[in-house]
Amino acid sequence: MAEEVLLLGAWASPFTSRVELALKLKGVQYKYSDEDLNNKSPSLLQYNPIYKKVPVLVHNGKPIVESQVILEYIDETWQGYPLLPKDLYERAIARFWVKFIDDKCWPALQKVFIGEEKGREKAVEEAYEVLKFLEKELKEKRFFGGESIGMVDIAANIIGYWLGACEEATGVELLTREKFPKLSNWIDEFVSNSVIKENLPPRDKLVPFLRHRFGL
Amino acid sequence: MAEEVLLFGVWGSPFSRRVEMALKLKGVEYKYMEEDITNKSPALLKYNPIHKKIPVLVHNGKPIAESQVILEYIDETWQGYSLLPKDPYQRAVARFWAKFIDDKCLQPVFKACWGEEKDREKAAEEATELLKFLEEELKEKRFFGGESIGMVDIVASIIAFWLGVFEEASGVKLLTTEKFPKLCNWAHEFVSNGVIKENLPPRDKLIAYFRNRFGGANASK
Repeated sequence: MAEEVLLLGAWASPFTSRVELALKLKGVQYKYSDEDLNNKSPSLLQYNPIYKKVPVLVHNGKPIVESQVILEYIDETWQGYPLLPKDLYERAIARFWVKFIDDKCWPALQKVFIGEEKGREKAVEEAYEVLKFLEKELKEKRFFGGESIGMVDIAANIIGYWLGACEEATGVELLTREKFPKLSNWIDEFVSNSVIKENLPPRDKLVPFLRHRFGL
Repeated sequence: MAEEVLLFGVWGSPFSRRVEMALKLKGVEYKYMEEDITNKSPALLKYNPIHKKIPVLVHNGKPIAESQVILEYIDETWQGYSLLPKDPYQRAVARFWAKFIDDKCLQPVFKACWGEEKDREKAAEEATELLKFLEEELKEKRFFGGESIGMVDIVASIIAFWLGVFEEASGVKLLTTEKFPKLCNWAHEFVSNGVIKENLPPRDKLIAYFRNRFGGANASK
């Protein structure tokens, strides 16, 4: 049976982008279907009845949801480029940071950019605390994954690209080179990587989209 | 070098008990360190500087935090009993449900039992909707893992055991046999399993603890 890989996503979503990055790094052919999140397709509702969200990866008719779960599935199903390290302890460390990014960074960033003006200063302080941990974890590495992009780098796309777009959309400055030299370097490396660069939504489309989304 | 496995936990915590269940099912020898979370040990703060929480597994001096990350590590490191299925798609489905339980179910369940009086009814409705998904997922299986206990069952131990404790301590009833016949059967099977049974905290002690800690003005009379 010919392999069929379908990805239901939304062009502006960092979570969809993670899955595309992983598929591209692995060299997997897939069909992409863009969802209008204000008018969800019957397919999406059928494949993800519980959350009704993107991304959804459908492999030979079987759906997988939740970007972290999808990334693990991609790594286990297609060989070649490894998203997770081989060493068992290093794998645990990577999983810890992916969880940290989703459980701690994402809400912290949302509070900064979507939260109310009056709470902003506090939200920024909290975001600094969270980003500091990532700055420290980078150490002298080129990527969180070491010499090449790995699962943590992919999950950190919200910082690698979306954070800058949010800063531009709102005028709120968060991740400066003075405060976060290593993360800033990492962002440069991340967006200049050839596979990644080709698969990010265009900035000039994303920024107005976010502005609109934030009600600005 | 002799293998050294150390686990920092709290006797009543479903999160550290999960790790113990996994280690016991795998037959791994470990040393348990009980933490007083009102007075965290220097060791805990050293091993988990970011979250400062239990459980932390320390394997030959290297710490791992976050219970689901620890469970994956245990499954990959020690052979024998499998916590996750072999098939990649089944593994993805299991990871989905483990995440569903922790990300979605825990908060409404807790709020339904221990939240402010005004929030409880709505939280109970939400919890019921979510538990229905789990009821459906069980289908005709003995365990979420199929014929034997797997990662989802271990993560869901919070529903199999701790929820019953919350219900008794708070007077709120969520998991009835009328609404959730399969989940109730599963809960019973789970807590009767030999390995699991030995690794659950004493029920009376736990009920008293929760009543004390969260009961307050909302405690059932």
